[in-house]
Amino acid sequence: MTRERVLYLMGGISAIWLVRNLYVMLLALPDEVEQGAIYRILFFHVPSWFTCFTGFFLAAVASGLYLKTKNSLWDTLAVASVEVGVAFTLVGLATGSIWARIIWGIWWTWDARLTWALITCLVYMGYLMLRGAFDDPTSRAKNAAVLCIFAFTSVVITFKAIDWWRTQHPGAVLSIRTGGGRIDPAMEQMIYQNWPALMLLAAVLVAIRMRQETMQRELEALRRRTHAF
Amino acid sequence: MDQRNFLYMFYGFAAAWAILALYVLTLVARERRLRSQIQTLQRMLEEKEQNK
Repeated sequence: MTRERVLYLMGGISAIWLVRNLYVMLLALPDEVEQGAIYRILFFHVPSWFTCFTGFFLAAVASGLYLKTKNSLWDTLAVASVEVGVAFTLVGLATGSIWARIIWGIWWTWDARLTWALITCLVYMGYLMLRGAFDDPTSRAKNAAVLCIFAFTSVVITFKAIDWWRTQHPGAVLSIRTGGGRIDPAMEQMIYQNWPALMLLAAVLVAIRMRQETMQRELEALRRRTHAF
Repeated sequence: MDQRNFLYMFYGFAAAWAILALYVLTLVARERRLRSQIQTLQRMLEEKEQNK
């Protein structure tokens, strides 16, 4: 099976999985007593953050491996993971803001969790912009790798913000962090079912973005050859 | 299903899918641009090598 077909297959499975999850979210799950229908945003909000954090973690590991081995494949994986991670960060910020409009009565507040989430998004956008500032591929990869590793501290602070500071953002509800009793088991299951579906979609997007980064390198090599004539 | 805040739930789902769809569209556009630029440069190189 070609790489292209594997990507189509993964994309197809992810699409079917997400449609099935939508059906369960909207028609099979029980209602939440206080929040009404809006609580269902949680099933995209939380898995989106898990997905982007996974992407940023992968990017930090890939950046470390690039600095160690100087193999451009790791740099390609890092940039692809960061870009897809930023897309999911925006999903997390947007869905959280819409939920907050109903539950808190405001779109946004500068509490520690939300502020660090925004900082994380801006830092990784900065990483993507920084790459454009270097013409030399080696300097670009090296500087971007260093920033990517340091940027991950922002992910850790965002994740731990609800434990370290008193925030308007709700505290931990998942039983892996609380030991249980803070969320209905059926609702928690839905979060765990939508996360791998979004992860599969993210994996397809990372693979496509990696291919484009390879094409970009090919393009830069062709440009150098053209100028050499 | 409880109909309270249904509209904002819809906005939330729509926003999530719109952001991902927009990202996929930028990927498609970027791939097209890259392919076209690579083909153009390859043609230029071939022409230059022939004229050498």
